[in-house]
Amino acid sequence: MTRTHITCTINGDEVEFLCDQDETLLDALRDEVGLTGVKEGCGTGDCGACSVLLDGRVTCACLVFAPEVDGTTMVTVEGLAEAGQLHPLQQCFLEGAALQCGVCTPGFLVAAKALLDRNPDPTETEVRYALAGNLCRCTGYDKIIRAVLDAAADMQTATNGGSTAATTA
Amino acid sequence: MTVTEETTTSGPGYKWVGTRPIRPDGLDKVTGKARFGADLALPGMLEGAVLRSPHAHARIVSIDTRAAAAMPGVKAIVTGADFPDPAELGGRPDEEMVAANIIARDKVLYEGHVVAAVAATSRKQAQRAAAAIEVEYQPLEHVLTVDEAMADDAPLLHPDLKTRGMDPAPEEPSNIASRISHERGDLDKGFAEADLVVERTFTTKPVHQGYIEPHAAVADAGENGRATIWCSSQGHFAMRTMTATVLGWEPSKLKVIPAEIGGGFGGKTVIYLEPLAVALSAKSGRPVRLVMDRDEVFRASGPTSGTKIRVKVGVTNDGQLTAAEAWMAYEAGAYPGSPVGAGGMTILAPYDIPNFSVEGFDVVVNKPKVAAYRAPGAPMAAFALESVLDELAAGIGMDPVELRLRNAAVEGTQASYGPKFPRIGFVETLEAIRDHDHYRAPLGPNQGRGVASGFWFNAGMNSSATVHVNEDGTMTVVVGTPDIGGSRASMGLMAAEEMGIDVAKIQSIVADTETVGFNDVTGGSRVTLATGAAVVEACRSIKADLRARAAKTWDCDIEEVEWVDGQAQHAGGGETPLSLQALARKSGRTGGPISATASLNARGVGAAFSTQVCDVEVDPETGEVTILRFTTAQDAGTAIHPSYVEGQMQGGVVQGIGWALNEEYIHDRDGRMENPGFLDYRIPVASDLPMIDTVVVEVPNPAHPYGVRGVGEVGIVPPLAAVANAIAAATGCRLVDLPMSPPRVLAAITGKADG
Amino acid sequence: MATVHVPSSLRDLTDGVAEVEIDAPTVRRLIAELDQRFPGIGERLDEGVSVSINGEILPDALYEEIPDGAEIHFLPTLSGG
Repeated sequence: MTRTHITCTINGDEVEFLCDQDETLLDALRDEVGLTGVKEGCGTGDCGACSVLLDGRVTCACLVFAPEVDGTTMVTVEGLAEAGQLHPLQQCFLEGAALQCGVCTPGFLVAAKALLDRNPDPTETEVRYALAGNLCRCTGYDKIIRAVLDAAADMQTATNGGSTAATTA
Repeated sequence: MTVTEETTTSGPGYKWVGTRPIRPDGLDKVTGKARFGADLALPGMLEGAVLRSPHAHARIVSIDTRAAAAMPGVKAIVTGADFPDPAELGGRPDEEMVAANIIARDKVLYEGHVVAAVAATSRKQAQRAAAAIEVEYQPLEHVLTVDEAMADDAPLLHPDLKTRGMDPAPEEPSNIASRISHERGDLDKGFAEADLVVERTFTTKPVHQGYIEPHAAVADAGENGRATIWCSSQGHFAMRTMTATVLGWEPSKLKVIPAEIGGGFGGKTVIYLEPLAVALSAKSGRPVRLVMDRDEVFRASGPTSGTKIRVKVGVTNDGQLTAAEAWMAYEAGAYPGSPVGAGGMTILAPYDIPNFSVEGFDVVVNKPKVAAYRAPGAPMAAFALESVLDELAAGIGMDPVELRLRNAAVEGTQASYGPKFPRIGFVETLEAIRDHDHYRAPLGPNQGRGVASGFWFNAGMNSSATVHVNEDGTMTVVVGTPDIGGSRASMGLMAAEEMGIDVAKIQSIVADTETVGFNDVTGGSRVTLATGAAVVEACRSIKADLRARAAKTWDCDIEEVEWVDGQAQHAGGGETPLSLQALARKSGRTGGPISATASLNARGVGAAFSTQVCDVEVDPETGEVTILRFTTAQDAGTAIHPSYVEGQMQGGVVQGIGWALNEEYIHDRDGRMENPGFLDYRIPVASDLPMIDTVVVEVPNPAHPYGVRGVGEVGIVPPLAAVANAIAAATGCRLVDLPMSPPRVLAAITGKADG
Repeated sequence: MATVHVPSSLRDLTDGVAEVEIDAPTVRRLIAELDQRFPGIGERLDEGVSVSINGEILPDALYEEIPDGAEIHFLPTLSGG
């Protein structure tokens, strides 16, 4: 079978890979690119574990065919930390014990980043609805929601203080 | 007793126990580096696929794999014929059942039962080849519920299954695998003393553990008759034992390396893919990866039982429970082994009731074999009993917490399941809820409040741990119980407390089956208790060793050396203290490396109790139930890492809410599951819920060095009834069938005039 | 002398007897004694059963000494989820 050649930007790097016509972006990211931080929980777009930012929009990688991403820009969980500095969301998830088993965590972090990118100061309800497409079976969501609200507050403080570094209050 | 809410410290003067450090595995999990079951890829690895039965019950007439085997890229196919006959494994009956569940022989017993497995050069090709295997079935009549299965003329799943626990033993086979019973006192007398008696029959549907990570296994079988398995499980030693049994191998021929586990809740205490992957690898000579998709997880891995439970309880006008009777039937799925035993032991356990009778039945049906699910068997039992208690309290005009307080088991109460309780914290959880401001908060129209309590034994079982002192004065804690909810952090905290060093200097790891002594599964809320006790014991050996080395260094008696704040100190103060780092650096000249192992079968298990209060609003137009507020009080004994204790409490509650309101297996008339995906099998999402408030009650378990009881399971026991009781308060309707989904609630409201 | 409570699941082997008095110094000897009175019960007690002596549940109790007047319960070994 002829494979398709894809060129795209993932986590700031130009990436090339070959994929089958009917291969999902999820399988391509995991099997061709080696980004296994993108998780498969359902394969049907119901759990959000494979959430990636595709041209800035939070997307279930299992619902996209890999050939569709030619020329796009993507961010996965592996790209959230920059230059060894954790994203405030990652830091707040750690400090707030917002993960137990951790398998849904990559998807939550990506979806939460998408939320904070467009709404830096969300209410609890806004966070709950923005993350309603991400399933967590361990935590009951309580500590996840708190971690996202904490990260938003930290980022606001950092912005107001003129610094871009994550605060680790 | 202390009640702490959102506190950062606890315990009698502990420095590390009760603090909230970042977990050791956390960084890998927020950066995508953590490797779960499906994340491992080996050079030359094949991908597998599994062919499953489309029938709920059928005889396998023939399997023809020739066309599939001839397809390009197909390297191995296995069927039941490639495995030892379960009956000839010489194991125990339950092991035979595990073996038969892994791959069908002459009969398939449920939709999803494995018929064959294929390894090929790609997953798609393996799937195509599996689909090309020709299987001729002769469909048989099936049974899906306990009522159908227990009927006189029911078709039989196992023609030689005779009910255990019957006196006299039955001569004819049936679908009832066993009967259990507990009784005490004089039931008739007890009910005669009651001023009010309520009797209700409840039903619950099978629900799935719902872990987000599907089952996955990679196997690499060598030429030497050995194999290595990487898999995500709640216990790699158990995976080794069970896989070896099914294959007819000696366990020592298998090495199992634990992957990070993406949730288990009991469902990953059993094997599914591991023997298939080993057999395919042995046949193909290459590593093989098998990963379930979500559909397979639902259809073929363990849900917990659907149940039918009848409960009758009597109470006097002043709130004394006088008698209780329970009849319980639990679906086991295709093979015996429902948690009805635990259901029968837990249903009355929180209360001191002088006269009772409990009878339970383990019933096979044509559905997947059930697996453990968080406090297995207890939530459905508590749903029934705690609903009836709510009705009794209302009937005699008594506050429902007060009714429970008047009958609560305390230290010395003879538990309904046999022995007397040691120190327990049930009353303290009731008082915590009674005294919480939530319990007095005002409610609006269409809103109601419900309370319920729950009990779980907690488990002890076998644990081994090894602790090494590294040359830089740090320590490595090696355990063999997979970490699902932060146990590596708890192990580190107990080791830090014991050794008097900073928890940041302790690295806790989960090691494979050849690197640490035997460990039972991570289950039964047992790891902090049992593995924790092993870690503490190993640390105490190390401290004794360190004191001996310091004594030799100082030419004094070991009794003159104390271990304080991470260093050896001379009792007389005449010597400069020796830090762990200093002793570690010189270890080669003072007796060699500093290391200790402790292995134990944990004693002193401390029972867990939880009491919860829930506010709901019921939409009278649609029957939709919204959870407005939820507070859970649970006796943790001691909260080693309070954040993860709260997390266990919150997670258990939310699973219980899902069970109460939405989750259920739906089967069509042919016995095929109609909702095998997260769209139609609806687990709670963030927007369904409020924050879950926690009250960590700490009544230390006197039998554990740090007072631990275990916290993982009991939180799921009360919510089913707490939600039902809140709905009853809001609507005046007593719902007795789960889930209390909008159509059911609406039907109850609109039919209220009749009921 | 200890009082042994026989769980319902084992009473098919004891002709329905729910409680027996047995004099034995250790749990191992007690099980042997029980097996003599009720053949087959020893094997069943080997299959994942815990012993409770005066309320304390002991999973590895074979060599445990039994104090006089002890209340002995046999419980299925439950693991959990």
